[in-house]
Order: sequence, then structure tokens, then C-alpha cells
Amino acid sequence: MKLDRYLLIAFVAVGLVLPLFGDTFFLMKVYCFALFACAFNLLVGYAGLLAFGHAAFFGAASYVSAFALKSWGWPMEVAIIASVISSAALGLVFGAIAIRRTGIYFAMITLALSQIIYFMAVQLPFTQGEDGIHGVPRPPLLGFINVSSDEQLYYFVLAVFVFGFLAIYRIVHSPFGHTMRSIRDNETRAISLGYDTQHYKLGVFVLSAAIAGLAGGTKAAVVQLASLTDVHFQMSGEVILMVIVGGVGTLWGPVIGAALIVAMHDYLASIGEWMIVIQGLLFLAVVQFFRRGIMGELLALLSRIGLRKGTDKNEATTGETLA
Amino acid sequence: MIFGYPIQLIMGQVLIGLINGSLYAMMSLGLAVIFGVLRVVNFAHGAQYMMGAFVALMLWQWLGVGYWPALVLVPIIMAIVGIVLERLFLRRLYHIDHMYGLLATYALALIIEGTFRKFFGAAGTAYPNPLPGGINLGFMFLPWYRGWVVVVSVVICAATWFAIERTRLGALLRAATENPVMVRAFGLNVPLIITVTYGFGVALAAFAGVIAAPIQNVSPQMGSHVIAVIFAVVVIGGMGSILGAIVAGFLLGIVEGLTKVFYPEGSSIVIFLVMILVLSLRPAGMFGRPT
Repeated sequence: MKLDRYLLIAFVAVGLVLPLFGDTFFLMKVYCFALFACAFNLLVGYAGLLAFGHAAFFGAASYVSAFALKSWGWPMEVAIIASVISSAALGLVFGAIAIRRTGIYFAMITLALSQIIYFMAVQLPFTQGEDGIHGVPRPPLLGFINVSSDEQLYYFVLAVFVFGFLAIYRIVHSPFGHTMRSIRDNETRAISLGYDTQHYKLGVFVLSAAIAGLAGGTKAAVVQLASLTDVHFQMSGEVILMVIVGGVGTLWGPVIGAALIVAMHDYLASIGEWMIVIQGLLFLAVVQFFRRGIMGELLALLSRIGLRKGTDKNEATTGETLA
Repeated sequence: MIFGYPIQLIMGQVLIGLINGSLYAMMSLGLAVIFGVLRVVNFAHGAQYMMGAFVALMLWQWLGVGYWPALVLVPIIMAIVGIVLERLFLRRLYHIDHMYGLLATYALALIIEGTFRKFFGAAGTAYPNPLPGGINLGFMFLPWYRGWVVVVSVVICAATWFAIERTRLGALLRAATENPVMVRAFGLNVPLIITVTYGFGVALAAFAGVIAAPIQNVSPQMGSHVIAVIFAVVVIGGMGSILGAIVAGFLLGIVEGLTKVFYPEGSSIVIFLVMILVLSLRPAGMFGRPT
């Protein structure tokens, strides 16, 4: 666990100097999607619930934040907080319905529920249908910190990511997190020990939705756009891809996966229609051959050559079971 | 007039609903058959339905093969495609978490849809109506083709239900699901049964695709538009229940049609709302056994 702390410090240090070399707009997108993937990983990797509708929380937050910034002229931080609250509320409703079933049913139900949000985004007037909400402004933070340029906004987005990442770290390592993993590994046993597993599942669902909302709300300010892409079920599929490419149930895997997929989108944008095919092939390859993902394979390699003792009790036993 | 709406309007929408319901029923039936034996939720079902429509279109445009031969040929071609996909990609995933089956078929759906979009564009093409004309029933006008869709899908659904629930072959299938080790011990080739079942499920989706071709725009997105609805239908009917999939399919098509009359804005989400209602009252679905 010490290692994770050092890694985070190193990550922040590198993140602070990266704008000197890199494209800040690209990096901000990476942070937003990395946070989204980490939020999703909290649900699938640590609680063992594979949802197929997380785009609903990401996308709804994106719309709420974009609308609050553009039409109501709300301050940046207030708009983002509002988007987190709305996603958490949505997560409470959807979670309460979806946790009635487990496994494959859970995935199908969350997908169906997320389609309600998608069609609302298509039809409601405030989302502006196919066009989406364009030209979202970037008002000063707390009323006086100017974040209108990419370079200025960058540090705020980095801070949001670190805040969300630390929140997930705290949740995973709290007593709540331990109970969550015991439910993932053996729900019947957890019930027999007297835990109300449904409450725990709903709790982690809401937390995951809220953090996905934080990512979505911030993304609207970064890209200055909220559109149907954010709520489409392909976005739900994409976040699953990010998490399993990086490594389900590992702390850093989703970050790596998100960076990889966002980079793929940026550098392969010219190939247009083939993008979705390449994503499908990558998905298929990971499911068939590298179910542990990049981080999972790396950790397995480290323990094989003896640099790492045993397997970490906090990781999912990926490979045979999904989470 | 019913509730201040002209009866022609209501009957017209009920008919459209019934036709959509026929497609929902055939597709959720295929999904239920595959799930029943493979324990895999076939996310590529929508893509296979779309492929069915496209193969019919290609047969017509390139080889001049018309609708009626296509109705037989396309399901056979697609069953072979399905069998190849099962052997190549799904076979190796049965012994692990069933979620990987869902993800693998999702990946296949992405690949299929992306490839078709690349080669055929997103706009879509019309397929000629093999049964033009219709009959005036007094209270409404019934196009022949739409009547045919409802009849053929009722027949297909009933035949599939009968084959699985009432014949020796169906009993074998159910036994292979219930206890594959025991069925193998009796000398039956369970992996072959699984492969053929997947092929059959894909053929059902493709058949629905051919049926849909003359009434819908044949486009690469037609599958992904319908897949979430089909999932909701299967959840409502009760996963793994053959009868549930059929009944829920027809019923929800009609519910959707009626919503178009009384509250058009809600028609795209009404099925999902019904799903929430059913899940609250009967978490296992209308015909599902509680697990």
C-alpha cells in the first residue's frame, strides 16, 4: 500500500510538469476518462457488479454541468458539484432497481435503464437533441481564479482527478471497502455474517455513480460540449474496455486503460469508421487472451519473478471470474 | 372514437406495435434459446439481425435472389456464420465468468456494425416489398405484408416453443442445460448441441432481419437500435423462459404502439419503464422462476 502512495506522489509530480511538454487538452481528457474508469472499476472490480449503463451517470452529469454553466451562468465549482449530486441521485434510483438482480441480469438491467437517459437526452428540449450543448463557457473558479485557457484549467482538472482517485482509494481501504470485497467474493457468507449486502451494494453503486458524475461534469467544462455520445451505450462499453484493458480490480489499471483508449481516439481519428472495429478487436483480444489486463499481467509477472510476495488481498482474482 | 382518438389511428398503431412485437418476440426468443443452453447473453444478437437484413439485400442486389428464397437461405447462411463465431470465440469462455461471454459478443457486435458501416455507409437502403397492396377491413387498412409478418412470426414462435418444450430433441436440449456432465455420460455430444443451438439462435435473429427488411430501412445501426429494447423484453418476460420471451415480445410491441397514440414522446422509453415496474413487482420477470 506504501507503493500506491509513492506512485500517486510520482503521478502528481509528473502531472505538474507535463504541461511543459505535452498537449494539455489531451491530458485533461485523459484525467476525466481515467476518473470515469476508476469510478466504474470501484463497482466492477471491488464490488463485483458489472454494469453496462455507466454512460447514464457520466452523460447526465455532463449535460447538467454544461447547462448550468451555459444557460444559468453558474460558477464552475457549483456546476460540477450540481452534476455530482444529480448523478448520485440518479445512481440511487437506478441502483435500487438494478441490485434486485445480480450477474448478467444486472448488466442487462443497467443497460436498459441507461437507455431511458439516452432517449431523454434525445428528446428533452434543454439538451438540444442531436447538436448537444455547444460552447460551454469556463467561468473563473471560486469567482477569481481564471481557468479559461487550457493551460489554466489543466491544474484544476488534475486536482479533480487526484481528489476523485483519493476518494476511491479511501473507500477501497475503509471498513466499508472490506465488506464490499467480502460481498464480491462470497455474498452468501457475508449475509450469514449479518451484513445487509443490499445496502452495501446500493452504497457502492451510488458512490460509483457520483464519481462518474464528477468525471462527466468536469469533462463538459474541458471539452466545452455535452452531446449524445456521452450518454450512448457505446460509452458504457468504452469504459468497460478501459477498465479491462488496464486491469479489473487494480488501482492503476483503469488509469492506464483510459489513457490508452483516449490516445487511440486522438491518434486514430483519421481512420473514421474503422475506429469502432479496432475497438471491437481490442475488446475481443483482451477478453480472449489477457483477461487480467495490463496492470494485472504486470503484477502477475512481478510475483512470478519473486519481486512481489503472493497476491494482494485487495485485488480481484481476475482471470477466472470477472471481478 | 376511443378516449377521443379516432379508431383508425389506434388500430393503425396497434398494428405497427404488433409488427414490432413480432420482431421483438422472434429476437428475444433467439436470445432466450441461446441463454438457456449457453448461459451467454448474446450481445451480438442485434448485429446478427442487421446482418440478416443485409444478406437478404445483397442476395437481391448482387445475385437477383428474391425475398422468398432469402427467407430460407439467409437463416441458413447466418446459422453457419453463428457456428463459426461460436467455435472461434465463445467456446473458450464457457468455463469462466459468464460476463466474458457478454463482453465477447459485445465486441463482435462492434466489429460487425463497424465493418458494415464502413462498406455500406450509415444512410441505409430500402428493400422492395414482396407483397404490395392490402385489404380494407372497414375500421382500418391492412397491408398484406404486415399481416404476413404477424402470421409468420406467430408460427415460428409457436414452432420453436413446441420443439423445445414438447419434443424429444427439446428435452435433450433442456437436459444438456440442466446437467451437461450427466448428458455427456449418456454418450451425447454436448459441445455439438451447444454449437448447433447458437447457430439456431443466430438464424432466428437473421430470420427476423429478413422479415424486417421490407418494412424498415436496412442500415448498419438497425441492430444496435433494437438490442437494448430486446434485453428489456427478455428481462420482463423472465430470462431463460421461452414462453416469457414470446409473450413479452408481442405484448410490449403493442404497449409501445399504444403509447405512440396517447403519449408519443414516451414511446421510446415506455418498454424500459415497464421493465422497472415488472422488476419491482416480480424481480424474476413475468414467467421467470425466482433464483
